[in-house]
Amino acid sequence: MTEDVNATPPTQPLLEIRDLYASVDGHEILKGLDLTVNAGEVHSIMGPNGSGKSTLAQVIAGRDSYQVTSGTITYQGKDLLALKPEQRACEGLFLAFQYPVEIPGVTTSYFLKSALNSIRKYQGLDEFDAADFLALVKEKMRLLGIDEQLLHRAINEGFSGGEKKRNEVFQMAVLEPRLALLDETDSGLDIDALRTVADGVNRLRSPERAILVITHYQRLLNYVVPDYVHVLVDGRIVKSGGRELALELEDKGYGWLEREAECTLVSQ
Amino acid sequence: MTTTPAAIEAWASSRYKYGFVTPIEADTMPPGLSEDVIRLISAKKNEPAWLTEWRLKAYRHWLTMSEPTWQNVHYPPIDYQAIVYYSAPKQKKQVGSMEEVDPKLLETYRKLGIPLEEQKLLVGVAVDAVFDSVSVATTFKEKLAESGIVFCSFSEAVRNYPELVRKYLGSVVPSSDNFFATLNSAVFSDGSFAYVPKGVRCPMELSTYFRINAAATGQFERTLIIADEGASVSYLEGCTAPMRDATIKYSTIQNWYPGDEAGKGGIYNFVTKRGKCLGRNAHISWTQVETGSAITWKYPSCILLGDNSVGEFYSVALTNHYQQADTGTKMIHIGKNTHSNVVSKGISAGHGQNTYRGMIKIGHGALHARNYTQCDSLLIGDQCGAHTFPYIEVKNSTAHMEHEATTSKIGDDQMFYCNQRGISKEDAVSLIVNGFCKQVFRELPMEFAVEAQKLLAVSLEGSVG
Repeated sequence: MTEDVNATPPTQPLLEIRDLYASVDGHEILKGLDLTVNAGEVHSIMGPNGSGKSTLAQVIAGRDSYQVTSGTITYQGKDLLALKPEQRACEGLFLAFQYPVEIPGVTTSYFLKSALNSIRKYQGLDEFDAADFLALVKEKMRLLGIDEQLLHRAINEGFSGGEKKRNEVFQMAVLEPRLALLDETDSGLDIDALRTVADGVNRLRSPERAILVITHYQRLLNYVVPDYVHVLVDGRIVKSGGRELALELEDKGYGWLEREAECTLVSQ
Repeated sequence: MTTTPAAIEAWASSRYKYGFVTPIEADTMPPGLSEDVIRLISAKKNEPAWLTEWRLKAYRHWLTMSEPTWQNVHYPPIDYQAIVYYSAPKQKKQVGSMEEVDPKLLETYRKLGIPLEEQKLLVGVAVDAVFDSVSVATTFKEKLAESGIVFCSFSEAVRNYPELVRKYLGSVVPSSDNFFATLNSAVFSDGSFAYVPKGVRCPMELSTYFRINAAATGQFERTLIIADEGASVSYLEGCTAPMRDATIKYSTIQNWYPGDEAGKGGIYNFVTKRGKCLGRNAHISWTQVETGSAITWKYPSCILLGDNSVGEFYSVALTNHYQQADTGTKMIHIGKNTHSNVVSKGISAGHGQNTYRGMIKIGHGALHARNYTQCDSLLIGDQCGAHTFPYIEVKNSTAHMEHEATTSKIGDDQMFYCNQRGISKEDAVSLIVNGFCKQVFRELPMEFAVEAQKLLAVSLEGSVG
């Protein structure tokens, strides 16, 4: 009886990263990173350029040019590092890319329908036919205030920076991931686009889901209020706190934390 | 290279789906070529004396020619005496209706997904099916006849419309045109014949389907499509001669056996396709999707003779394993205000070699001629090759020419983007390749476009390891 309860502890984190080391082209970028994200939470990862923020996003999503040299990532109780990128996506992981790529000739509509049906198939659900799919995407577009023309354009081809980021958020809204990673989705956006992005993220918030917002600035956090803020410096999380930490960073910059991190390393 | 190796391997190891042989009793001649063989072919088909002479003349000319060597493909010398030039399924009597056709034959076409029987009504495609060397049945003949359209096998046309055949045979591709076309003139066994009279718009897509069943058999088909003044016809899968204001749209998907993974075996496809825009405002559009054959040698061309005539060429050629393709088009501008448009999409994978060869010729009198050529290559893996040989010859200073070319690879970042959205590696390759080909696919008639997409996807079947 009691063992049943232990088998599925209600407190199991959605994502648990332990002592993660990762490198790209032989350069070590992540150096012992720890992070725990529970369902229902919004976390923000902040940090100076080159601290490893994007590397973290790419490693979680499974990009093969990043090598994990040690450490573990557990997602919904599973060994995430053992899964292929497409399996991770089908398990509910979504990455909004910092630089979304163009795929000439493939319409957003066709692309997204392929994605949605791959995921549904994996999860044992019926695939959406054209009518169901159209109803779904139109609803999401209406909610996010995105022009339907987008569906007929080749994915990201000739899109402005803002359009690409909006498109990422639109895809996220349609795919409804369990864990969403946003890699600097706010960079280079005007205020309207920033609101669209924030709106998309806020609509996704729910007790079953978690969101990891990677950002350089605290601007987005005015609209998407995080439960936790972590500061990444030189491949490790050097400070964690609440919403107020982001404001402090905006005020003081990263310098004091970098110096603090160096001191920690020296004393070790 | 790290890009998509698993997906490429899966593609590389997928087998030819149509490699079945139908056990049908055949009337097959022994291999070899001589004047006697040609007379025998002609006699078997009850041809009139003028046609027998036409064949013999071509044969005698062929003997003086040598095989071309300029193309960018490599193959061991062909022994023309080892080829069977005639193989026909044995049938008890002349076929009068669909019900009389050998069920085994129909079964073969069913396997191929050809809408020959009841499906023909649903799909609305008139099909002329050529099995090895003879045309087996033509569907929808009666319905077409109501509009005065002739669509039948070449042999039937020779019997029933000898004056039409005699008038147009060799008018676009003369019997002395080139090595392969001349050989075809000597030994052609069957093919399709279409004639659309003045002012008639052909109410349905006309279609011919070719299949080689008997081993070591050469299929020498010859097709002739004539659109008279103001007529319009769309033909799926030959030669053409439209008159004034006439339109011919010719679409083809070629999926011949490409040989095995090591490049052994496979069909050699040496084809001459040409359209002649004879009158004012004539319009010829070629659309081809080439996915099969060990070797493809094919340049569907347009002679733009009539003023304001338009020639178009849309092509997708895919080479995988050790396949080689040397394909493209010739646009010969002779009339005034003639336009041509060329869009070529070459995809190379495995050890495939893909060559685009195109010639745009603007004659002295071709005032204000225009050409636009776009030539794109997509490379998958790092063992394949893409080559482009554009020839441009302009003899009139009012001509306007544009040539654009790109070469690209499926990028790691494109693959990762798809994977991150839940799309598997092989589906991602198929998605990206289909996107690359879109400009051509949208020129295809609906059911063909679907077929073409499926064909590319089928090449990627067999899950990633």
